Amino acid sequence: MEKIKEDVLILGGGMAGLRAAIAAAEHNPKLSIGLVSKLYPLRSHSVSAEGGTSAVLNPKDSFDLHAFDTIKGSDYLGDQDAIEEFVRLVPEQIYTTDHWGCPWSRNPDGTISQRDFGALSFPRATFAADKTGFHVMQTLFSRAMKYNIHFYNEYFATKLILNGGQLNSVTTINLRTGDFVVFQGKALIFAMGGAGRLYQFATYAHSVTGDGDGIAYRAGIPLKDMEFIQFHPTGLVPSGILITEAARAEGGYLLNNKKERFMGTYAPHKFETASRDVVSRAIMWEIEAGRGVKGEYGDMEYVYLDMRHIADKLDERLPMITEIAKKFNGIDAHTELVPVHPATHYTMGGIDSNVKTTTSVPGIFVAGENACVSIHGANRLGSNSTNECLALGNVAGVAAAEWAGSHSIPDLDAAQVRDEEKRIWEDMLKRDGGENVAKIREDLRINMDKNVGVFRTADALKNSLKNIAALKERYEKITIQDKASTFNLELEWAFEVGFMLDLAEIITAGALQRTESRGAHYRRDFPDRDDANFMKHTIATYSRDGPVFSYRPVVVTKWQPTVRSY
Amino acid sequence: MEELVVEVTRTDEKGNPKLQSFNVPKDKVSTVLEALLYIKENIDPSLSFRYSCRMEICGSCGMEIDGKPHMACSTTTESLKGDKIKVAPLKHYNVIRDLAVDIDGFFDKYKAVKPYIIRDDENVKYESELLQTPAQFDEFIDYSLCIKCGLCMAACPIEGSDSDYLGPAPLAAIWRYVADNRDQGAKYRLEIASGPEGTSRCHFVGECTEVCPKGVDPSYAIQKLRGSMVKYEFQSLFRRH
Repeated sequence: MEKIKEDVLILGGGMAGLRAAIAAAEHNPKLSIGLVSKLYPLRSHSVSAEGGTSAVLNPKDSFDLHAFDTIKGSDYLGDQDAIEEFVRLVPEQIYTTDHWGCPWSRNPDGTISQRDFGALSFPRATFAADKTGFHVMQTLFSRAMKYNIHFYNEYFATKLILNGGQLNSVTTINLRTGDFVVFQGKALIFAMGGAGRLYQFATYAHSVTGDGDGIAYRAGIPLKDMEFIQFHPTGLVPSGILITEAARAEGGYLLNNKKERFMGTYAPHKFETASRDVVSRAIMWEIEAGRGVKGEYGDMEYVYLDMRHIADKLDERLPMITEIAKKFNGIDAHTELVPVHPATHYTMGGIDSNVKTTTSVPGIFVAGENACVSIHGANRLGSNSTNECLALGNVAGVAAAEWAGSHSIPDLDAAQVRDEEKRIWEDMLKRDGGENVAKIREDLRINMDKNVGVFRTADALKNSLKNIAALKERYEKITIQDKASTFNLELEWAFEVGFMLDLAEIITAGALQRTESRGAHYRRDFPDRDDANFMKHTIATYSRDGPVFSYRPVVVTKWQPTVRSY
Repeated sequence: MEELVVEVTRTDEKGNPKLQSFNVPKDKVSTVLEALLYIKENIDPSLSFRYSCRMEICGSCGMEIDGKPHMACSTTTESLKGDKIKVAPLKHYNVIRDLAVDIDGFFDKYKAVKPYIIRDDENVKYESELLQTPAQFDEFIDYSLCIKCGLCMAACPIEGSDSDYLGPAPLAAIWRYVADNRDQGAKYRLEIASGPEGTSRCHFVGECTEVCPKGVDPSYAIQKLRGSMVKYEFQSLFRRH
């Protein structure tokens, strides 16, 4: 067993983790900072963010407008105090990353350009072509080279160990060597992203398996609002690769199988640029009404994204999706229609947190998609994820550095560490029931797509719980066929699937208990929002018998919930 | 059912290589990455390779496909001739296992070129952007598209014989910052570029540019760097007198 100590320990090397690492290093250069990732940082899913990041940079825009757009987008489940503080933190992050070299797209006068996005009242999406996440990630990763940040690449975290409710250690497997490595820090930041690969048809990278949520939950840190899963309207068929919302904000149309624009029926003012939950439901209803396209991509029916009339904008403002349509589907978006279908895109829920990035455990912080502040409530506004990674990654980095400056590393809880080591080598690797990890994962994803998707009902959710229970039983009987210690990805998959099964249960059970429709959570059997009973967050806490639910009221400052239409 | 044969150059954890062929149903996969995942999920769970985004932006899945460096995720099976695909680890890197190679050396070289904006006004609170006209933006943007996949390092013949050479992607990164009007660190970077591990070792074969999945053109960046170095040396000569 190898033991590594750092003053500030960060789990996850995506946008929030890198931003936090730099912030901690700048805040207190004397601290040692360790960043642990199951990937190399640049392989994180943050690089796939495309269209833009909202920031109030224009004097004609205002923090109140950004806050209200976010609150309305959240279907009034976002905490308004947190949102008001959050929007004020963002502009500095844009200017800072600009000074660090981020190639933000420009106006002719050399200032930073902004564009429209879904459900915005002002065009405040700051963008780097349609590679916003990619460029911000390159900027942060490169900037991180300046500092003495220790990168522990390809270490897979298996467990968070708490002792007496205090942070103790994190156990990992060094994938390169197979060594069991225990990390300790004075402060710990979770920045491990969302959980979208619980679903089959997803815009997410394969690596987004909810490890951060899963590890925290198992350690007893509560998760919040997990039933809210965002389905992006335009996943490319059949791969699910994201086609940015900017395609519609720049003027692209959605067409049904009669080549008719249909969004006017569902969002008479905003049309294609309504919020994502609204557009995704509209597409599904069109398909259900028999107006989907049955085409060359198997069973999945879809609609068309039409960008032919904005062909002159594609090369400069939407180069990546143009290239993707060509490379993956052989489609020239200048002259041809692009097949799209709603795809799992964002995990609104996460570790129960707040705008100060703290959690229920002192010294443990969380930022990015791994966190539920809640800024996004029941539906995240497009262009409100990368700004959160930057602004609250920064807050978490500073907070963790402050904490580390006045706390010490506790004695290692050797008993719990030994138990975890045993669990890995003597339980996981030696189980021999013949069940295949990949097959369980596939069945779980099929279940989530089918029963916990855009539309939900009590029957489907109960069915999902039954399926998940059966999958959990099968999981006890897995056989990991790969016995190698070097780069054993099957072992990694096995841990991931364990987290995914926990999270699937929380998502489904939370969705079953929420007998209303709000944002991305739509119950066919309860199609209306129920403010009298559900202006509250769902808190899920681990127990041996499954998640225990409690609720906490939403914070409302000055925007009372009203009818939400686009 | 029509099948595709995928022949993989495998290496076990002790370093022993072997060739192994797998049959994959054609209608189940559309890219080389999907074929590898199909094998791992359905035939042999021990096959090791890196992958993540599957949309050619994270840089994980570089490998040699039919003898050339490619990204597995964006190489469609349709684009390859015949019913047999040969997959092997990238050249010029040490193999960890199967198709996963040691890329730490590549990232060390990247770090060595100081790949970040260097300015005199560091660490202040920034309250506005630095102006950059679209023309200034165009000077460097193409060189900022590098996804750090390392294919160019595998294609570069100099890298093969001379592992100290910084190589195409790190040198292109130098140019990316030198060409950015917001940067004030050209003198540090040009020193690195003109050093013994720098541009002088490049023979302009252009293989790097050919294999880059993102059209970065490291070969042209190296030419531009050499031009700048001459100009820079000329100017500093004048400054001295």
